[in-house]
Formats: sequence, C-alpha cells, structure tokens
Amino acid sequence: MTTVTAPSAVPAAPPGSRLGWAVADTLTIAGRNLTTIRRLPQLLVFATIQPVIFVLLFRYAFGGAIRTPGIPYVDYLMPGIFAQTVTFGSLGTGIGLADDLQKGLIERFRSLPMARSAVLGGRIVSDLVRNTFVVFLMCVVGYLVGFRVHTNPVAFAGGLVVLLLFACSLSVIFALVGLSVRTAESAQAAGFPMLAPLVFASSAFVPVATMPGWLQVFARHQPLSVTVDAVRALSQGGPTTSFVLQSLAWTVGIIAVFGPLAVRKYRRTA
Amino acid sequence: MTDVAISAEGVTKRFGDVLALDSVDLAVPAGTVFGLLGPNGAGKTTMVRILTTILQPDGGRASVLGADVVREADRVRSRIGLAGQYAAVDENLTGRENLRMIGRLTHLARPVAARRADELLERFGLADAADRTARTYSGGMRRRLDLAAALVHRPPVLFLDEPTTGLDLRSRSDLWAVIAELVAEGMTLLLTTQYLEEADRLADRIGVVDGGRVVAEGTAAELKAGLGTTVVEVGFGDDGLAARAAEALARFGVSGPERDGALVRFEVDDGPRVLIAVLGELDERGIVPATVAIREPSLDDVFLALTGHRTEEATADQAEAASGGHDGSAPARGRRVPTGGRR
Repeated sequence: MTTVTAPSAVPAAPPGSRLGWAVADTLTIAGRNLTTIRRLPQLLVFATIQPVIFVLLFRYAFGGAIRTPGIPYVDYLMPGIFAQTVTFGSLGTGIGLADDLQKGLIERFRSLPMARSAVLGGRIVSDLVRNTFVVFLMCVVGYLVGFRVHTNPVAFAGGLVVLLLFACSLSVIFALVGLSVRTAESAQAAGFPMLAPLVFASSAFVPVATMPGWLQVFARHQPLSVTVDAVRALSQGGPTTSFVLQSLAWTVGIIAVFGPLAVRKYRRTA
Repeated sequence: MTDVAISAEGVTKRFGDVLALDSVDLAVPAGTVFGLLGPNGAGKTTMVRILTTILQPDGGRASVLGADVVREADRVRSRIGLAGQYAAVDENLTGRENLRMIGRLTHLARPVAARRADELLERFGLADAADRTARTYSGGMRRRLDLAAALVHRPPVLFLDEPTTGLDLRSRSDLWAVIAELVAEGMTLLLTTQYLEEADRLADRIGVVDGGRVVAEGTAAELKAGLGTTVVEVGFGDDGLAARAAEALARFGVSGPERDGALVRFEVDDGPRVLIAVLGELDERGIVPATVAIREPSLDDVFLALTGHRTEEATADQAEAASGGHDGSAPARGRRVPTGGRR
C-alpha cells in the first residue's frame, strides 16, 4: 500500500501571505455577521430602543432629581448612555458566537483552510462596526434632547474612540462567555447580571460622590466609570489625561487576560 | 497495490472517563467509498471530527492524502470537504451567499468563488432558491446546500456525517443520487450512517463501529453473508412453548435460534425455504405458533450478530448527552465486544 498525495485544487497559502489571509478571512466573517444584522434589522432596532428609553427616562423623569455640579444633567447623562449602549451591545458578541456554535457553523469553519483567528476576530470587528453605528445614532438622539459638546469635535471623537476600544475589550470577555455557555439564550442570561453592576454602580447616571463610601471605591475606579469620565471630560471639558489612561489601561488589561482565554477556548471547542 | 486516501492507525480518543475511540484502524483507498455504520454514540462522529482536524486524537495517527491530521492540519483542510448531520449553513444568508462565503474562506478569488457558487446551486437544484435565505429552505434543501458548501473548493476527499439522518424518504433518495454522482467522478468518500440500507447503497466497504471500535469490516455482501440475509421470527403463546420450540428447532439458522421471551428468531440465508421446514417441524411436534414473520436484517440484527447486543440507542443517547453532546461517548458496553468479529 502506498499513500497518495493528490494535487489539491487549492494551493496552500505561500508562507508570506499568512497574515494577508488572516485579515481577508476576518473581513469575510465580519462581512457575513454584518449581513445578518442587515437581514434582521429588528435586532438593531431593539438594541437601540432600550438606550433611547433610558435617555428619555433620565432626561425627563429622573434627571430633575439628580444634581450634577457644574454641568446640565443632559450633558452629564449622554456619555453614560453611550457607554451603557456599547456595554450591553457587547453581549451580542457572546450571543453571536454561541449561536454559531449551536448551529454547527463553527464546526464547519474549523474544517476549512481558513485562519484560526478569523471567527473570533471577525466577530469583534463586526461588533465594533455595529457599536460605532449605534453610538452615532445615540449622538443624534442626544442632540435632539439637548446634549451639546463643549470642547471640540476632535476631542469628542477621541473620547468615542476610547469608548469603542473599551467596548472591544468587553466583546472579548463575552466571546469567552459565549463559547463557554454554548447557547444564545444562556449567553444572554449570563451577561446581564455581569453587566448590571458595571453599568449602574458607576458614574454613568449619577455622580459617584452621592454613593455610600464603600461603593464609591468600586464605582470610582471600575472600567466603565473611568471610560464614561474620559468621554465626559473630552466632550464637556476638565482634566482628561488620567481618565483616558485609566480607561486604556483597563482595555489593554482586559484584552491581555481574556484574549488568550477566549482563543484557547475557541481552539478547544468543537 | 492500493493508493490510500484516508488512513488511521490506532486512533484513540477519550472524553473524561469515556473511551470514545479505542485504537481504530482504517484504510480507505483513493476513489472508493467507505461507510462507518453504527448506532448513536458508537464513535462515528468522533472519528470524522479527528479525520477532519476538528478534534485531536489522544493516541495513534491519522492522515488524509498523506498529510497528518495533527501536524499538517492546514494541508488536510485544503483537501477535504465536510458535510454534517447538523446542516451547518448560515440560515440568515442566502444559498448563494453561503457558498460564496465558503469560497472566500477557502481562498478562491472572488469571481471564481461566485462562478463556483452558481455552478453548485445549479447542480444541486437550488438555482431557483439561490437568493432566498437558507432559513426558508426545507430540510432536504438545507442538506443539499450543506453538501454543496463542502464541495466549493473541489476537495478530492469528502466526509459526510450522517448525510440523510432525519430526512424523509424522497429527500433521502435525492441525496443518494447526488452522492452516487460524486462517487462516479472519482471522489474519495467517507460517510457515517445509522442506516444499513444507506451503507449498502453507497459504500464499497463498510466498517461496523460499536463502543469506539471497528468490530467488523468488509463489503456489504461479505457482512450480509455472515449475517444471513433474512430473519425469520416465530412467536408463541407463552415463553414455555417458545422454549420447547427453540429446542426443537436447534438445527435451523446460521447461528441457531435465539429466544427472546415468547419469540424465536433465526438468521438464515434462504428465509422462505427455512420457514416451510420450520413450520413442518413444529407441526410434527404439535406446536402451533401465534405469529410468523420474515424480514430483511435490520441494523439491529447486524449488531446482534456482530456484538452480541442490540444497539441500545437510548443508552447511547444518554451517555452522549452526559459527555457534552458529542457523538463520542462509548458506553461501558464497549468492553463486551467479542473478539474475532473482525474479518
């Protein structure tokens, strides 16, 4: 018996182009994920309705009772809303991956000669695109209810970049969650209790100084708060460097810890 | 001298305490069809996952077209296609988009991927549905799309994991026709199935898998010859009568009669002739049967003959669920496989 090495229809990628293929495969997967959003626009609508309701509630119902020294409440509120939107949006990363896993798509991808990193990478890229779109929508909503930038557009855009990078780090965490729980429903259920303290025990909606002392320690330094504070400073003025650096440090730290865990989980998941 | 397209030596895989594959050897010549036949939980899917680089074996070696599935996984992936029982297509994409995506992921140039998608949609009778999302497809259409997706990059070796499980008869025979065509074109094919008829129709050689081992291997004709081609079942009013009858009929059947409560069962080469003789013998002794039946051997009969136990699907399903939903579980019964089954 001999073993044949039949010529393949697909030549193996030449060594120099590995990175090129990894980028191409990531974009293919990201494009496919975005097509899903186009096909099911109701997902995006629901993802936007919730923050809009929060804007209206806090702007008109609760806002009057919340004292924000120095700036109008609507200017205080909107950076918090942006952060809340992308944070709950990161659940989508886990839900999407769990869904692909459940439906057997990841199994198919693993049998293809594509880059191993593309399924996770493509999901994070498509979620970044989706987040950017949703944040843009929320800027429009904010403008309509009276939110104004008091620094300059470049600083504000810089703040949104910091925010979107932070959202990517949350996507990485939920990639790990989605691959671990394996069903879209559980990914959704597992996410909310993890995110609620991050969003509400923060500087997103109320000044941290109004909280009890023990909670202030958490609320002042946790990643969502410092990110909101960075966006707020970059849109309303005040010292920015410390908040931006703290936010970027959290982003880098989270990706450094959860990135390898998510990749390892993906490799072992079949 | 034969060219081996798919080979496995001593492949072993464990999930926790469960031995899913116990030193499996395989050699599938290029251009032939090999069927892995066995119940749920026998280890068929685990074997396919290892050969398609999705899982790594704990022991042993396997290769496809000379490329090792662990060390040269990328080379293997560019030469194989996989279609599975779960019909892994993206239901939010159209048929055309699904195939183009696979084309791009197998690194075909964009226009080549587009052309190939059109070709396959035409060939698999999906051209009219090409621009509908796969969500709207029937079960049979999804399987055909899944199969088409496995063929986009023209792999010389194809793995089909239970290609027709859960399909109605019509869709099943449609799919069989398509598979037979691929085989006629010289593709090497490894398929897993729970259906004897499917293995019989499509496979040149069949490996019977049970409890993580290949317990018998041969052509369909060889396996059937060993089984007897028909099963004769004679039922009696009570167990005692059946026991007396079984004794009286000891000389009939390939492996002697087997009694299961009030039922006496034979596997025979020539059912009708044996039935006449059996009834004559019973008549002489004044034993009157309650029911009489002749049927083709089922997968259950194959298993009974080869392994000494029935397929116990329910047991296997439970063990499978316990091991995390993989068709990798080998229930404890794996140890009861008699030796000498391999031919």
